[in-house]
Amino acid sequence: MTGALETALRTRREAGGKSLVPYLTGGLGDDWLETIQAVADAGADAIEIGVPFSDPVMDGPVIQLANDKALASGATPLSILDRVRRADIGVPTAVMTYGNIAYRMGWERFANTLADGGVSGCILPDIPLEETGEWVDAADAAGVETVMLAAPTAPDDRLPLICERSRGFVYAVGLLGITGVRAELADSAKVIAGRVKAVTDKPVLVGVGIGTPEQAVQACEVTDGVVVGSAIVQRMLDGTGPEGVAALVSEFRAALDG
Amino acid sequence: MSMTNPSDGGRFGEFGGIYVPETLVPACQELDIAFREAWADPDFRAELHRLLTDYAGRPSPVTVCDNLSEELGCQVLLKREDLNHTGSHKINNVLGQALLAKRMGKTSLVAETGAGQHGVATATAAALFDMDCVVYMGSVDIDRQELNVFRMKLLGTEVRAAESGSRTLKDAVNEAMRHWVAVVESTHYCLGSVMGPHPYPWMVREFHRVIGDEAREQCQRLLGGDPDVIVACVGGGSNAAGIFSGFADSDAELIGAEPAGGAAVGRAVPGIVHGSFSYLMQDEWGQVLEAQSISAGLDYPGIGPEHAHLAATGRARYEPVTDAEVVEAFKLLSRTEGIIPALESAHGLAWISREREQLAGKTVLLNLSGRGDKDVAQMMDILG
Ligand SMILES: Cc1ncc(COP(=O)(O)O)c(C=O)c1O
Repeated sequence: MTGALETALRTRREAGGKSLVPYLTGGLGDDWLETIQAVADAGADAIEIGVPFSDPVMDGPVIQLANDKALASGATPLSILDRVRRADIGVPTAVMTYGNIAYRMGWERFANTLADGGVSGCILPDIPLEETGEWVDAADAAGVETVMLAAPTAPDDRLPLICERSRGFVYAVGLLGITGVRAELADSAKVIAGRVKAVTDKPVLVGVGIGTPEQAVQACEVTDGVVVGSAIVQRMLDGTGPEGVAALVSEFRAALDG
Repeated sequence: MSMTNPSDGGRFGEFGGIYVPETLVPACQELDIAFREAWADPDFRAELHRLLTDYAGRPSPVTVCDNLSEELGCQVLLKREDLNHTGSHKINNVLGQALLAKRMGKTSLVAETGAGQHGVATATAAALFDMDCVVYMGSVDIDRQELNVFRMKLLGTEVRAAESGSRTLKDAVNEAMRHWVAVVESTHYCLGSVMGPHPYPWMVREFHRVIGDEAREQCQRLLGGDPDVIVACVGGGSNAAGIFSGFADSDAELIGAEPAGGAAVGRAVPGIVHGSFSYLMQDEWGQVLEAQSISAGLDYPGIGPEHAHLAATGRARYEPVTDAEVVEAFKLLSRTEGIIPALESAHGLAWISREREQLAGKTVLLNLSGRGDKDVAQMMDILG
């Protein structure tokens, strides 16, 4: 069965467009949920909601700071998911967090909490293929789409296994490194996107290192869309409010639709 | 029960695994294969043995402590890892990993460090093997272990401050992993304890096995048999894994001394961080808690997965000791035996000293994992 996340991204692709998936840190500031709604209205195809973890090893300074601030203000996985459940966001959402948050709540309870909250997908970057077992059993049973990451370091024989296990979309990691804005799109972004596209029909989105609309357009020469994290979260940290963050998302949307 | 190899997936019982970002999985798998090959290769073994002997000064002696034994009422022996080159057990693992990294064609090393002993050992190996080296260290630890920071710089290593979170060992590991993700093709992550993703917990234990193997033989010679109790301090657990592995199939009791403020096993809540599933200090939501310890090398909220397994199966026990007990033990060994221990190692003696009544008449082997030179400035402040 194809979930809401994959359906939305396929629909965009079939219409000849490119998908835009902004990442926002849940629990950051008082207006994070309003910001998510504004970003949905500004043309996001889906939204990644970060549930903060104390030790985010895949994340660079911007998202680390956002995590720390959200945690310091008392955000918990349940407080974030509870507010998401009661909101009408209008586009599919996926939660991104780390394995221990889900493990601690209980794989099943976490998966069911996402499903009850209307969250379509989940990304756990420190749960690679080798360790997916109990989590994907719970996620599949709850109807939660588990997005797997494909990195530039993956040998050719690994990519099909990752794509096979991935639901929603396949997250092609654009560079060797952690989240954060870079001056130029890494050469590795198009290479990994092309390698992944060659072995799957599922939507493929490039994330990590997509910081500007130009970089998004460049990546989309070979891929179905992009995930934009640190650039968006930086706006949240700057305190530009929902309108300021939505304005940046509109720029990405316009560039991709260009 | 002996300490056997983990499963193919890197599990000791239910603990271990490979919980790292996808980017690092192939590197861990390559390392697993490379280590298996090297460890089965007599030439690699001979080269490592030569380094451990001619460069690091092994075998380290076992010292029978008459004065201390008389004071405590049990016979205490020390495995003298403090006498190794660079002043602690850490060099055993680092020489093994650096040799392996070279064999794999890596040109650089990255490491985390708490007390700075692993950082100094890694910087030393980098100098010896002419490799580039970056070491991450929490800024709190940079302040309390100044001397080791200077040593690393002198050895040609770049020391970078970890400014996130508690700014101690946990955060240094985070930064080292983030660094590694970006340079994984050229760089080997020289992890300093029996933690992290597979194959590290197993590989690091194997590189430290020499401690236990030597000690078993030395005890045969000195005591005519095995000691009754083996004691080691536990941060991530590498020196403990090393000495335990020599005695796991004996009748000796195995005791790991944890700092009371960093007692991962004491709380016995499992979790996932830094690449493995093991016991972990965390809050009700799974956020990792900050450990609190007088000793930078043990100031860590987790523990290696094999120790979680040894605890769960009852083969080893893990006991908390307080900072105050550690300070007393530090003074006790200095005064009675003329040996100034590392604050980490003093944790083991603190447990022996506290439990002296139940240990009466027994033979106790303590792994003296390091020397106290690095801690003297901190102790001057504490003791006034
Ligand atoms: C002398 C000494 N002992 C013990 C440790 C703790 O490490 P482990 O638990 O891996 O032996 C350290 C770490 O810095 C150390 O310097």
